[in-house]
Amino acid sequence: MNTRSIPDRLQSPLERKLKSWESLLLLVAIGIFVANSFASPYFLNAWNLSDATFNFTEKAMIAFAMALLIISGEIDLSVASIIALASTAMGAAAQVGIGTEGLVLIGLATGLVCGAFNGVLVTALGLPSIVVTIGTMSLFRGISFIILGDQAYRGYPSDFAFFGQGYVWWVISFEFVLFAIIAVIYGVFLHMTNFGRTVYAIGNNPTGALFSGIRVGRVKFILFLLTGLMSGIAAICLTSRLGSTRPSIATGWELEIVTMVVLGGVNILGGSGSIPGVVIAAFVMGLVTFGLGLLNVPGIVMSIVIGGLLISVIALPRLWTMWSAR
Amino acid sequence: MKRRTFTSLVAGLSMAAGMMGTTAMAQDDMRIALVVKALGIGFFEAAAEGANEAAAELGGVEIIYTGPTSTTAEGQIEVINSLIAQGVDAIAISANDPDAVVPALKRAMDRGITVISWDSGVAEEGRMMHLNPSSTPLIGNTILKLAADHMPDGGEVAILSATTTSTNQNAWIAAAEEVLPNYPGINLVATVYGDDLSDKSYREAQGLMQTYPDLGAIIAPTTVGILAACQAVSDAGKIGEINVTGLGLPSEMAGCVESGATKSFAIWNPIDLGYSATMIAHSLATGTDASGEISMGRMGTVTLDDTGSAAMADPFTYDSSNIDDFKDIF
Repeated sequence: MNTRSIPDRLQSPLERKLKSWESLLLLVAIGIFVANSFASPYFLNAWNLSDATFNFTEKAMIAFAMALLIISGEIDLSVASIIALASTAMGAAAQVGIGTEGLVLIGLATGLVCGAFNGVLVTALGLPSIVVTIGTMSLFRGISFIILGDQAYRGYPSDFAFFGQGYVWWVISFEFVLFAIIAVIYGVFLHMTNFGRTVYAIGNNPTGALFSGIRVGRVKFILFLLTGLMSGIAAICLTSRLGSTRPSIATGWELEIVTMVVLGGVNILGGSGSIPGVVIAAFVMGLVTFGLGLLNVPGIVMSIVIGGLLISVIALPRLWTMWSAR
Repeated sequence: MKRRTFTSLVAGLSMAAGMMGTTAMAQDDMRIALVVKALGIGFFEAAAEGANEAAAELGGVEIIYTGPTSTTAEGQIEVINSLIAQGVDAIAISANDPDAVVPALKRAMDRGITVISWDSGVAEEGRMMHLNPSSTPLIGNTILKLAADHMPDGGEVAILSATTTSTNQNAWIAAAEEVLPNYPGINLVATVYGDDLSDKSYREAQGLMQTYPDLGAIIAPTTVGILAACQAVSDAGKIGEINVTGLGLPSEMAGCVESGATKSFAIWNPIDLGYSATMIAHSLATGTDASGEISMGRMGTVTLDDTGSAAMADPFTYDSSNIDDFKDIF
């Protein structure tokens, strides 16, 4: 008897894992770490590496929620403006003597309200999220500019400084711990729950998902709420780190966050991506900017490096498939 | 097994890095970082030139000229963090935000780094001293006077500023508004903000011309704004009707002065400013007491006032008679 077996998968799980985006990115991250260690004598120093994490922790917190949103086929470009508005709200509250707990609640609440506003416009009115959030990007920051003008809020309570400047243990900052906890929560949420599966389903085929009984609108609304909430958390950390609020706070962060998400392997058209990928991408961006900063490389060169990295990390797997298919 | 190779790799690396560290530390040059609002701005390039001049004069000083890509406080904090990590001896900063950079600069001072601000100041607790290029009242008066000089019968003037949060510009505009009654007939109709971006400043200048057809002068107390306004006025064919003045760089403004769109403008010398900031940073880093007289080399000495700041010199007016002498310098 001559039996021929049909493989139920083309690659072994190990092979697939090795060829995955995350492994490629991890190689890039290790490469950058090694290169930095050789390039600058100041790189391998616990305190310096700890300082370096501040370059990405706040952005990465938002990037996790943004990743889910982009996987579901939507986007939120108003995140940096939500930071500005939440920070302004906290600043105003601090002026009238509200304590740290109150400020944190106000920051989170502002984020949630902004997220809900985006969510309602997108899900209830069926407007495209890119247009809605370009609008709210100007709206939220505009409100901050009206409230503050060229003024700044200072005088936050002294224990408020812990969120952005405090250390939990030795060189491990509070922000870094928060970043790690949030990463785990989002990882579990996206990869191990039904809700996570529905996010992928919606991103791959919203109509199909709807007819499969998934409440598409509700899921998307929750994702916008989460993005708003994460922006609120980032606002608390950043405001605490800066110790002051100006309406220009976090300008341009929305694109850096989207870059982080896409670099992490999330398909900008929705449907695929992973949280570990975004975590590695956050480290890659943080290591690149900090490493180049130690060499006093001008910022514009850093932007070129990040841009080149993004394009090559996206193009290489595509080129690889084209080449191996020949 | 795999893990072990990785650990030894890291260990090897740290050793290599440690060795590189010792060689880098061996050269005992004092490193002074000149941190600017953003790279690629003519004014700051000129300041860096002055800093290098000071370094050459002092000897044994290395200048690190650095700054973020765009004028944000967050970008400057990343730069400050990397300078702290490198253990520089002194930081001389022109801040994008007087408050937001304070925690980072405080940390720098905690680690023994001399911190001064120049041009655009930092709140008192975040620096040891601040060097103003000139005094605010003098600049406010100068920019208004430049416009009024060419409007004998009075008329409407408008201000095109940088961002709404620019510390310098806001102080100068406030000072100009204060002395406005000294110029009877001069009417300040609007203040607009071009965010120190060429295209936005150009559009704001166009908007001013459309909204106020009788406008006699645009005052732009920013090097980006004055150039954009001059281009907007030239493009609209209003040379002679509207005089563009304010603060600009001679090299950039030469064409405007030649075409007549700008009759005169003022600026302090950024080369002198970078030079003086470096001299002061060097003095303080070598242990000079900040409460006494601080030497600025060829620029003389300064004494700090009760807010810990000092003024370098008076602003200087440039017009068709002297622009050719300066346009090649900065």
